[in-house]
Amino acid sequence: MKPARYFKSDQFQLLLDNLLRGGYVCMGPQARDGAIVFDSFTSVTQLPQGFNDQQAPGSYSLIHDNSSKYFDWANGPQAIKPLLFSPRENLWVSEQAVNGDISFKSCEPELKPMAIIGARACDVAAMKIQDQHFLQQLFVDPYYKARRANLLVIAVNCGSPADTCFCHSTGDGPFVDAGADILLTELQDGFLVEVHTEICEKFLKGMSLHDVNQAQNTEAKKIAINASRQNRKLPAADIRSGLMKKLDDDAWHDIAELCLSCGNCTAVCPTCFCHSESDAPELDGSSSTHFREWDSCFGQGHSYIHGITIRADTSQRYRQWLTHKFSSWFDQYGRSGCVGCGRCITWCPVGIDVTESITKVMTHQQGKTP
Amino acid sequence: MIDRQSNPYQPHEVVILERIQESADLFTLRLKFTDPDIQDNYVFEPGQFNMLYLYGVGEIAISIVSDPEDSHIIDHTIRVLGRVTRGMANLKTGDRIGLRGPYGRGWPMLEAKNKDVVIVTGGLGCAPVVSAINYIEQRRDQYGRLNIVQGVKHSADFIWKDRYDDWRKLADTKVLLAADVGESLWPWHIGPVTVLFDQLEFDADNVSVMMCGPEGMMRAACKYMLNEQVPAAQLFLSMERNMQCAVGHCGHCQYGSQFICKDGPVFSYDKIQPLFDTRGF
Repeated sequence: MKPARYFKSDQFQLLLDNLLRGGYVCMGPQARDGAIVFDSFTSVTQLPQGFNDQQAPGSYSLIHDNSSKYFDWANGPQAIKPLLFSPRENLWVSEQAVNGDISFKSCEPELKPMAIIGARACDVAAMKIQDQHFLQQLFVDPYYKARRANLLVIAVNCGSPADTCFCHSTGDGPFVDAGADILLTELQDGFLVEVHTEICEKFLKGMSLHDVNQAQNTEAKKIAINASRQNRKLPAADIRSGLMKKLDDDAWHDIAELCLSCGNCTAVCPTCFCHSESDAPELDGSSSTHFREWDSCFGQGHSYIHGITIRADTSQRYRQWLTHKFSSWFDQYGRSGCVGCGRCITWCPVGIDVTESITKVMTHQQGKTP
Repeated sequence: MIDRQSNPYQPHEVVILERIQESADLFTLRLKFTDPDIQDNYVFEPGQFNMLYLYGVGEIAISIVSDPEDSHIIDHTIRVLGRVTRGMANLKTGDRIGLRGPYGRGWPMLEAKNKDVVIVTGGLGCAPVVSAINYIEQRRDQYGRLNIVQGVKHSADFIWKDRYDDWRKLADTKVLLAADVGESLWPWHIGPVTVLFDQLEFDADNVSVMMCGPEGMMRAACKYMLNEQVPAAQLFLSMERNMQCAVGHCGHCQYGSQFICKDGPVFSYDKIQPLFDTRGF
């Protein structure tokens, strides 16, 4: 891998032009409806330049300052997940002939190559987890595979984590280790660029690139150190076994008193993979589309089986989510299912903080209300 | 056998060769793929399940009750309960539905050879173990003593009386039945199935216990068997949870770290024990 190089901000559009000329649909962050969202773009002027996000439990707001930076924010409600694991997606179509014969046709998508610009370390880590789930188990998911196949990830190291971020304590950020094809670090007047996937060097063609000087190196290091100072962190104790020892603890009920079981946390979580399947028959009865859409373990139907709801109580649903994410996930995928992006804290309408919930359950002594 | 290179989500057309009404709300569909290549390559183990698709309505997970070597006809016994099964109840011979599978891990029929076998089933959970009983019936000399214990809530729920009568006639086979609520002329035990356990005949060092049914019943059976010094690894439970994809992706059937659809549905007790006594998983 080549050492990092530097380009001035005015060269940034050339990178985008190279990708567009290469046939890539470019997806990047944009400020819209008061949040950072990812959508297709063709000009760097569409990026959220000068925007900063203020996040707190149950609260998100974008403010505009006079910064010239494009990536001076932490994250929005979604980033990579909806682009690879689609929120709603047709799986197959069945057709019934007049004589009653049924035929099936797969709906695997045919897609143009896609480049995501501006993914964060947490997003890249979450993508690697979803890769494990959808691509590296007994069965390969053809729909996820199709979206993932021609994907280019241009990540940007995070320089301004939000108050809700705790990626430093999960080991997933704020800087990207691996998983990106091209990695950028945004400085005051330009970018450091590292090409992690050699073939991507061609996308830097025509850009004016320079060796990184001492001052730029120092600036990047300072950004990394500052970004690692995060207000939240996971408890240092052994969460994986600690939670499983407290399955019958009253603390779950205390949390459930607040929890609305709305499923916002699972919708914004970049690693949650649950989805349901349904059929949508055409009005004329000649065909029916079988589709899947994101589901949540906080929903009533998630644990339904022949007349019984296994997790009827919110406390059981919250326990299912938390023990899966922070304990049984290790058995399934060799690591925790949390990348520390903090989205579940920000987008929880009642501001339940997952790091506090873990501490509450692990330290709660039965019979005493904390 | 599932071709893992092809789309694991997509069903194939099957035709209903026969429809048997087992009881008021229970029926059996005998199915065959319309594509002979798929039919020829279809192999399953007792205890595995298929996803059945009713056109325009949806899919359900149903265990296979036929014998794996039974002339390539796939039998499913279905209870009328929800939207899909209500619709399926109206199907007739010659109608077409979709099928994909088989999925999951079945009963340890090979490992159980030359051992005593205890089958414990309750409620309407008997379908998954019927395949195991049939399998032993076809190869009776390869297994030790066979015990079949079946409990039902009400004696009227008891189906397949003829089959139980046939099984009772097999060599070295004991069939014990119990109903929580009996009726006149119910010749068997009235009360919980668990009290019948003392009548079982097996060698605790050389037995394979296969159970399916309400978790409370299985919990009681495990407790009894462990107390009798049967190793936890020889207690096998067929577990049930909501299933939509059957390939370990949709997340509904997770039981702790296990995906019941692909790691199960049959588990040895030691695999699920950490959560088995806690409600809500």
